Order: sequence, then structure tokens, then C-alpha cells
Amino acid sequence: MLKDYMLIDKIPVPIEGEKNILALVQKAGIDMPTFCYYSELSVYGACRMCMVEDDRGNMHAACSTPPKAGMSVVTNSARLRKYRKNILELLLANHCRDCTTCEKSENCRLKELARRFYIEDVRFPNGKTEPERDESSVCISIDHSKCILCGDCVRMCNEVQNVGAISFVGRGSKMEVGTAFKVPIANTQCVGCGQCSAVCPTGAIVVQKNVTRTWEAIYDPNTVVVAQIAPAVRTGVAKELGEENGVIAAGKIFAAMRRMGFNHVYDTTTGADLTVTEEAEEFVERLKEGGPFPMFTSCCPAWIRYAENRHPELLPNISTCRSPMQMFGSVIKEYFEHNEKTAGKRIFSVAVMPCTAKKYEAIRPEFRRPDGTDTIDAIITTQELIQMIREAGIDFKGIAPESSSMPFGGTSGAGVIFGVTGGVTEAVLRNVEPDKTYSALQQIAMSGVRGLEGVKETTYQVGDQELKIAMVSGLGNAEKLIRRVQSGEAFYHLIEVMACPRGCIAGAGQPFAHSAEKAQRAKNLYTTDNMTQIKRSEANPAIDEIYAKYIGRRAHSLLHVHYKAKKK
Amino acid sequence: MLKTRQDLQELRRACQEAFAAQERRILVCTGTGCASSGSLDIYDRLVELMKEKGIACSVELSKDPHGDEIRATKGGCPGFCEFGPLVRIEPQGWLYTKVKLSDCEEIIDETIVNGNPIQRLAYQRDGKIYVEKSAIPFYQKQRRLVLEHCGEIDSDSIEEYLGVGGYSALEKALFDMQPADIVKEIMDSNLRGRGGGGFSAGTKWSQVARQQATPKYIVCNGDEGDPGAFMDRSVMEDDPHRMLEGMIIAGIACGANDGYIYVRAEYPMAVKKLRRAIEQAEALGLLGDDILGSGFSFHMHINRGAGAFVCGEGSALTASIEGKRGMPRVKPPRTVEHGLFDKPTVLNNVETFANVSSIILNGADWYKGIGPEKSPGTKAFALTGNVVNTGLIEVPMGTTLREVIFDIGGGIRGGKKFKAVQIGGPSGGCLTEEHLDLPLDFDSLKKVGAIIGSGGLVVMDEDTCMVEVARFFMHFTQNESCGKCVPCREGTKRMLEILERIVNGEGREGDIELLEELADTITNTALCGLGKTAAGPVVSTLKYFRDEYEAHIFEKRCPAGACQRLKTYVIDPDKCMGCSKCARNCPVEAISGKLKSPFSIDVDKCIRCGVCVQNCAFGAVKEA
Amino acid sequence: MNVKEMYRRIDGYLDTYGREEKSLITVLQAIQEEYSYLPKEIFPYLAKEMNLHEAQIYGVATFYENFSLEAKGKYVIKVCDGTACHVRKSAPILERLRNELGLSASKITTDDLMFTVQTVACLGACGLAPAMTVNNKVYASMTPEKAMDLLKQLREEA
Repeated sequence: MLKDYMLIDKIPVPIEGEKNILALVQKAGIDMPTFCYYSELSVYGACRMCMVEDDRGNMHAACSTPPKAGMSVVTNSARLRKYRKNILELLLANHCRDCTTCEKSENCRLKELARRFYIEDVRFPNGKTEPERDESSVCISIDHSKCILCGDCVRMCNEVQNVGAISFVGRGSKMEVGTAFKVPIANTQCVGCGQCSAVCPTGAIVVQKNVTRTWEAIYDPNTVVVAQIAPAVRTGVAKELGEENGVIAAGKIFAAMRRMGFNHVYDTTTGADLTVTEEAEEFVERLKEGGPFPMFTSCCPAWIRYAENRHPELLPNISTCRSPMQMFGSVIKEYFEHNEKTAGKRIFSVAVMPCTAKKYEAIRPEFRRPDGTDTIDAIITTQELIQMIREAGIDFKGIAPESSSMPFGGTSGAGVIFGVTGGVTEAVLRNVEPDKTYSALQQIAMSGVRGLEGVKETTYQVGDQELKIAMVSGLGNAEKLIRRVQSGEAFYHLIEVMACPRGCIAGAGQPFAHSAEKAQRAKNLYTTDNMTQIKRSEANPAIDEIYAKYIGRRAHSLLHVHYKAKKK
Repeated sequence: MLKTRQDLQELRRACQEAFAAQERRILVCTGTGCASSGSLDIYDRLVELMKEKGIACSVELSKDPHGDEIRATKGGCPGFCEFGPLVRIEPQGWLYTKVKLSDCEEIIDETIVNGNPIQRLAYQRDGKIYVEKSAIPFYQKQRRLVLEHCGEIDSDSIEEYLGVGGYSALEKALFDMQPADIVKEIMDSNLRGRGGGGFSAGTKWSQVARQQATPKYIVCNGDEGDPGAFMDRSVMEDDPHRMLEGMIIAGIACGANDGYIYVRAEYPMAVKKLRRAIEQAEALGLLGDDILGSGFSFHMHINRGAGAFVCGEGSALTASIEGKRGMPRVKPPRTVEHGLFDKPTVLNNVETFANVSSIILNGADWYKGIGPEKSPGTKAFALTGNVVNTGLIEVPMGTTLREVIFDIGGGIRGGKKFKAVQIGGPSGGCLTEEHLDLPLDFDSLKKVGAIIGSGGLVVMDEDTCMVEVARFFMHFTQNESCGKCVPCREGTKRMLEILERIVNGEGREGDIELLEELADTITNTALCGLGKTAAGPVVSTLKYFRDEYEAHIFEKRCPAGACQRLKTYVIDPDKCMGCSKCARNCPVEAISGKLKSPFSIDVDKCIRCGVCVQNCAFGAVKEA
Repeated sequence: MNVKEMYRRIDGYLDTYGREEKSLITVLQAIQEEYSYLPKEIFPYLAKEMNLHEAQIYGVATFYENFSLEAKGKYVIKVCDGTACHVRKSAPILERLRNELGLSASKITTDDLMFTVQTVACLGACGLAPAMTVNNKVYASMTPEKAMDLLKQLREEA
């Protein structure tokens, strides 16, 4: 069959199921200016930057116009240029323009397009000169004076995450993105997933930073700074630091962090192995006891908060396992506080995470230790780590990889894949599957646990038991699944929930990435798993050592947590 | 409950007989205009007098106008609002204007008892007295199709609607036509949507009829929000069944079983009238399941707006019915495919649906015979501004502006000169002297860059400042912008900012060009129809009255003498008696002088409030 | 305000109009007709009952002009702060009224819902400066003392 073509800037471009002209324009090699278009969100069509002009001089928004065979449009013309410049000028007239001190300065879409279209002067009085900040959340920081009302955050929070903490409020030129009654974001249903900041094209919503606190700890001679690095971080830093997107940078991160002055650097995959061990045990126990099912995973702090807010009735179903970060954090503090070399010094535990919600998890009272300190003292997101590496002036590309510190140096492939949706499930299955052969591993991998879809379902036979398992990423998907379970329409033994679509690799603490880059990140983790000798968590020698030497009988109290419904 | 076609026919016959049998009737207009000038008191007084005098007037003035159903009295709006309160005497067809309470007794004694017209209360123009309503020039040039029953029947009575042949078109559509025939009839009639765009109603219906997805919906846009427009309100309040009938027929044609009427928040009366009409139709079985045993079911719902002009836009309106913020969405997909609740939807406005029944009854050819073939039928306009006769009018499409303003409207008030007419409300533009002989229809107006819009006609005389007019409309649009797309949200705000500084005498060189640039950007890039037309008033006033803008900016002068901030006040030393009254009353102490010698005004301190002019007993303070 | 009673009434509206999203505006209209504004307490309740987000309901309520989020007093007092009134010292009147009623620029209505005190840009009554209105009735040439007398009078009326 002959393909249909559309002329983009006089070049014929085949129409291959694209939903809008914008996709075709991108295929034609044109980077279309847009603010409100995200392929992962619904089409909003508000910024009007992606207009194209047809033969008759009519204007069409490329994001929301379906391709038509034979149609001819140009993406650049005198009129289009004028309109785009005017739109940018109008946006700039209502925008805080303190770019030098804005942390989004290097990644700001508004600034980028303003430079691209060469806006030299704004002919209107500036309506937004003072910041309008909401610093109430430990996860994200909001500055309304930098908002261009593209609505990406609103659609993310409502459509994808079903959190609904923010909405458009007011109308017309008084419209803004806000919470109900404009209360601070921390007092809402916000779960801290930070996905709003991940899609924000300007500096209006950014990640809260713990960089200064961390540097101060490093500079303090009486403090021992111990860090752990989450699985997804190693696949998130490379591109920003000048490497190929496919590079897995764990070794370089360890090296760079040591250069910066971190005293000990560990891999959170070790924590993940602890989690698998504990969680598999709990799961097997529940299978014996007959429930309660479904058992929900507990690694994701945004999911925990969502459940607390919306489904307190499900809290007993959630695994009592602490997250890998918290498990490993407990072990770290236990170890260093009882270690002669570090006796008398303050232990400052830093976790480098792809996640903004971890910042909230870190200060939860459940994880306060008997001496009143937190198990984790600071969360550094991947973005912050990159910032610190740049601040330190380290040539990341040139640095030689190093291994993580000892003890607890051993890792497993199972722990690494925790960073991607389905990874926790796969790791747990590797543990509960009595067949420990290579082919069994293959069978698990092929059972439907892999893939970046928002909802995956699988059944897996262990002995005479057929396990029904679901894996969801994105809280909106989780909500739909929960409704199906609660209505009796579906039954699962195990449900793995990751709040961020695709899992931690696409966490809001990671640098901005498009779909293809996110897919590459997932691939990187599976490649790492392939290259790792030890595939199963329980086979990680560090795990036995931790149980035997460092936590012993206190394992349960150190590694488990019981979330309770908050009083309303 | 009517179960069959025959039941309906029998009931209609009875109603027609009863309607014809009515003899003397007094109709007191209770439209919003007349009610505000005291028509309800007149109604009370007439009822009281008749009781006192023991007159059995066949008007069954049975409803308590002060109860819940206030204004639910006989007599809708005949459209001659300027001369209210209006009282009509039937069957003679006499019309009394500007009736006062003290006139009531004479009306009863002279007209009802003795059967004589009261000349004094009749409409007068150019020395001529018009006792009969139909002879009045205001009505003579009109052709009432959509408004034919407004003011003629009791809008609270389905029996009266049946008495004038109501629901005959529904009957025909249900039993004598196939859905495809109905669509074809509407298509052939060239009926074009009266809400502004003038899109073919038949095309819309056929597109929805073709859709596979179900359910389908019929939505009536009653969110008439243009300042100065009230045609649809009249239909909803005075002839609600006509509109319901049109919607049910659309349902049959397109295979929809649910209709939604979205009524603007400011029309509580329309909501009441429609609710009652729906109840009556349901009680008779003309709405509901299995209408007249035909197997066709149709249910009607009413949604009240909550105060947002933008909800007149189709996708914003459906969003509002869905319980969301009324923000327009990108198109495609179009409403005919993905409309209300994402289902195929026919969305027409009140006046469009009100045209349907007569087309079905009389046929497409008859309809095309009225007005130009490509733009047939009539159009209702709300005639307001500096014109002698203001009110609601309905004329065949293609009537010229001159006929509307000078024959029907009676010319410019106070003998002033005609300057311009704003057509199409805040989305429209102005037409000037040169357009007076332009036929009012969709295509002719499009040629000169104007639109009929919903049908507001604001007539402006020589004392009107066109920059101020543009500012007024921009203020309206800016305030009503939903805020979604950048050009409309930010652009209208900046245009208003510029217009405000121009009328305040702070205009700068380059402002006109900046206005034009913004207007061009907004018109070509805004998301929805409202945004795309938001700059209309500015563009057209700039086109025809650029010199006025220039005078404001460069000479700091308002040629029409209307802009307060551009006025300067001076004291004529020859007339000033030095009484100091102006100085004592000046709120900002801008006037000084010695008693008994001429005072003077400090222009820098003066805030141009005009208090000095009001206070001068000698006419010495002048505006310049 | 009795919150339980309010929820009971809202339940009634929800039973009548339905709990789907499409009923939201109708339900808000019913609540506003009952209370003359949308009390803050209804938002979490409606969110729960209608399975919507509180911010979303707030977004709808703030989009439409007819919804009010604040209870206004029985007497709405507007003090003109236009240029003319300002130079004729309207500010002391405003200050005195606010002091007397325990109000401020952010808290404009008394707890007993008797008085609301606001400023208005220009009433167009410059010749009567300083002017204020009570429920749209204009009071001319005011002084703080006159305002106090008026307040006393209004309290007696009520």
C-alpha cells in the first residue's frame, strides 16, 4: 500500500500513524518550540508556540492537528516567527527574569526559546518581579513567579499520578497553579513524587536541595560522611556529565564522591538485597498464613504516602519491609556507631537517590533512631549529585572508576534491577523460586516482569502454588488497579507499586529525559544485571555478613516498619 | 398523558378552540425591561380594578405574580423595551406604551368597558399616533419567525403553545418522516447556526447522525453572554416549548435520546420557564420514554451556568456541563465526534433550535424564500445604544443596517449624528456610515470583516469615543478570558493595558503599532473562537477611526469629548463671580483665587472629577 | 456553623443530583444558595463523597464568577479610596472601622457575619468625598465619628 505523505517545509514526510503534525515535524528533523506538549501527557494546546502555516496562510497548532495526506505546511515563516516572538515576549513580561540565580537556568525551556528566537527587549512592564515561593515541602520547591501556566504539572499530578494536590485556580490573567485554598503544598495530598518538577519547563517547580548540608558535613572534620547510591542513579548521571547515555557510571560516581570528600561510599543495591530477603520471607509467610493479599511492596515512599492519604485501609497489606535505603541506612549507622575507627565522631548518612519523595521518607518519625537522629541524614538527588560534581570541578569523563567501600561491598544483579518497574518482583521471584539454575532465571525474566508498560500482570508457578502478580508504575495506574482489586474484579498475591511511571529510573530526582532516554536507562540496568556474577540477593555474601556480624537478632526491628493510618 | 398521535391531535384541537375563543385580553409585558419599569405593579393594579369593578375579563390572571412564579404572568416581551411598561389589548391589537399606575383605571373604563382606544397612551412618532401595534414602524419592517409567539402566548401554558399549533412539527417528524428526511430538510433549508459562526446546522446534524458511537447528545447553548444581547433569553422565557420542540426533533434526526440546555447564570427566569415547560411536556408525554407510542425516547436536562462568558464556546460549554472548569479544548476532535462526555454531540444555540419547527412544518423551500438563499431565514437582534427605539427585533436576513437603525430603530437619539454600530459584541467589530446599505447576512458581513455574532447591535452616535469603546470591549474580553492559552491570557491583558493608557492620556508613540501586532498574534494563534476574535473591536476601530487613536496619543485629546481623563477644566474669567464655591468643593484643592475675583484651576492637581462644574452657579467652569 | 448539619444537607444534594463529577457545579450551586457562599468545610467532604480532588473542586469554584468563597456580612461597608476621597482623608475612617470591628485588610468580615469592610477604587461620588457605602447606599462626607454613629445605628437595627 502506498504511504500517505505530508509536506513539511516542502519535504515529503510519510504519515505512519502519528497522531499529530508535531510528531511529523519532529520526524522531519525540526525541533519544534513547545512548552505544553509532552507525549506522555494529554494534549493541552495552550502555549501556541508550535503553530505551523499551511498553503493558504492558515495557522494550525501542530500538537493538536492530525496529519492529513497531501497537506503542506511550513514550520518557519515571517508570520510564524513574529507570533512566536510575541508569545515569548508576552510570557517573559509576566515572568521573574532573575536567570542568573535561577537553578533551572541551564535547563530552562523559556530561557532557551527566548534565546533561540532572539528576544532582545520586552516591551511590556514586568508583572512578576518578586518571587512567590512555597518552601513548605521537603521534596519540591515552588515559585509561582516563574510559572508560565503550561499546565504540565497539573496534568501530571492529576492525570498520571491521580494525586490531585494542585489544579488551575482562578481564571484568566488571575489564573495560577495552586492547591485548594492556596494552602502550602506540604499540607495537601502531595506525595512528594516530584513528577511535577520533572515536567516543569521553567524553574517554577524544582527539587528541594540538600547540597549545602552535605557539603557542610563533608567539611566538618568530626563528621564521618557515609553515602549510598541507589540503582537508578548510575544510569542517570552520564548524559549530563558529558558521557554517552548508555554508560553505567557506578564506578565513576564512587570515585568522584571520594574525591569530593565522602568518607565511605556504598551501593544501595546491597540494601535492595536485604529487602528482597526480608520481603520474600514475608511473602512466603503470607502464602503459608493465607494472607493478607494482595501484598503491596513498600520500597516507594511516594506510594506509601499515597496509600496513607487515600487508602489507609490497605496499610495492613503493605509489606512491613523498610525501603532498601532505610534498611541499608540502619545497617550503616549500626555499623559505624559500633566501629572503633569512627567512635566519637558524628555519622552523617547520605543517600543519593533518583527520588524526591525519599526526602520525606528520610524525616519520617518511623525512622528516627532511639538517640533522636534520623537513619538517613540527607538525600541527594541525582540532579544534586551532578551539581556537586560540577561544583567540585571534577572531570567526570576522565575519572577512573573505583569500587564501593568495604564492608558491604558485594552486590547482586537482583538489587540493581530494583530501579525499574518490575524489578522488585523479578528479584523476589529469583529468591522464592527453588530452582536456582540459569534457565530458571531466564524463565523469570520472560514471565512478563520486564517492560516499561504502566501495568503488567503475570502468573508464576512456584511449586504447586500459582502466584498472581501485578506490577504498576504511576500512581494513577495503581489507583485503577486498586479499584479492580477492591471491587473483586481482580485478585493478586503480590502488587509491586512504583509511583513514577517506568519506575525509579524516571524518578523526579533524575535529570530531565525523554521517553527514549528513559528506555535506555532501563536497558542499562538490565545490562548491569547481565554482567553481574551474582544474580540473586541471597547469594550476595554481604547479606549473610550483615545478618551474622552486624545486626543479628535486631534484624526485625531494624529492617521493618509498621505504617499506621494517620489521625484525621 | 398522551399515548398516541391521535391523543395529541385531539388535545391540540381543543387547545386551538380555546385559544381562538378568548375575547378580551389585557397583556402586561413582564419582560425584564418592563418589569424593571414597574409592570408588575400595573398588573396588580389592573387585577384589583377589575375585581372592584366586577369586570369579567377573559384574561385568566390567575397566577400570583409575587409568589414563586413572579413574572409568570401573561405576556412575554414584545421587544419594544424602550417604551415599557407595555400593555396590550387583544383582540384589537392595541399597544399602550409607558403605562403608569394612574393610567390603569382609564384603561379599564375606557378600553375594556367602552371599547375605545386611549390615544394618549399610544405610540407616537413624528406627530403620528399608532394605536395598533402592527402599524408601528418598529414592528412593520420586522418579520417574526423565531419570536412569533413572544408576547402572544402565555409561556407558562403548554396548552396555549398547542393552541397556536405547537408540537405539530414534532408530530410530523415522529410519524411522517424518517430521521434521514429530517436531516435532509434541515440541510436543504440552509439553516445556519445563529450562535455566531454561521455553520450549517444541517451539516452538523448529518455528521452526528453518521456517527457510530452512542449515546449521542443534543446540547442547546443558552449561554448568551454578549453584553447587550438578549434574543435567546426572550425565546427561553417567552416561548420555551418552541426550543424544546426543535431539540427533540434534532434528537430524532441524529439518534440522540438526551438533551442538555445550558442556560447562563444571569437568566434565572429562563431556567424557571424551561423547567416548567419540561415538566409540562413530560406530563403530557411529549418528553420521556416512548413519546406518543412512537418508540422514541428523549430526556431533557438543564444546566445552569455559574458565571463564565467563555462557556459560550462549545468545548468550554460541554466541559462546564461535565462539572469541570469551562476551558476550551483543542480541536479536532470536533464536537460532532467527541462532544459532551466525549460522545457525538449536536451543539446549536437557542435561536437555531427555535427555527427548526417551522422548517419541518413548512419545508426547506419556504424557508429559503426568506432572505438570501445562502443565508436564509430571519435574525433576531438586540438593538441598543444611542438609537431611538431600543429593543428586540427580528428581521429577514439581508435587511440593511439602514433599515434596522433608521426605520425600525427610529434613527439616532437626540438628533445626533450616526457614527458607528458595534455588531457581534466583544467578538465583533464596528460598521460605519459606509456600511449602512450593507445587507445583514453571514456572507455579506464576512466580506467586510465583521460577524453577526449572537446578534447584539450597539448603535453609537457622534459623542461616542471609539477608543473608549475598544477599551470597554477589551476590558470585557480580558476579564472573561479563561486563561488557558498564552496569546489570549497575556495578550488581551497587554492590549487592555495599552488602551487604558491611551484613554488616560498616557499613550505613547508606537502604541498603535503594538496594538496591531498583538491583535494579529492573538487572532492567528489563540486556541478558541473567543480568543481568535478578542481583538476584533480594536482592529475595526483602528481601521475606521485611527485618527481618534492618534488624537488621544499625540494631541492628548479625545475628539468625541468622552474621555474623562483627557478633559481639562477651565474657569471663564468673564463669567466667574469669585464666589469660591468651586474651590470649597474641589476634593483635591486644585482651585484657588481671591474672593470676588476670578478663580483658576491648577491643571496638575486637577483629577477631572467634574465637581466644580456641578457646583458653579454661573456656568463659568467649562470642559475643554 | 454546625458542620454535621451542613454535611447532612450536602448528602441531600448529592442524593438528588448524583455523586458523579458532572453534578459538581449543580451541587456547588445548591450549597451556595443555601449558605450564600461555599464554606471551606465542604471541600474535603465533597472531595471524599464525589471521589474528586479537593484542589480540583477549588479550581472549579474559582473559575466561575458566581461562586463566592467568603461569607459576607449582613452589612457590606465599602470605603472609597479613590483619589478624591483619599486626599479628603478616607483612610482614618477605614482604620477606625477596622479597629472597632477587629478587622484588617486580610480579615474583612466579622465572625458574627454582621459586617464586611472593604475598600473600593472610586465610587464616582468625588463631590461627596470622603464617601462610603453600606449595602450600596451612599453615605457622603464621612468622618470617623460619623462612621461610628452609623455603625451604632446599624447594630441597633440588626
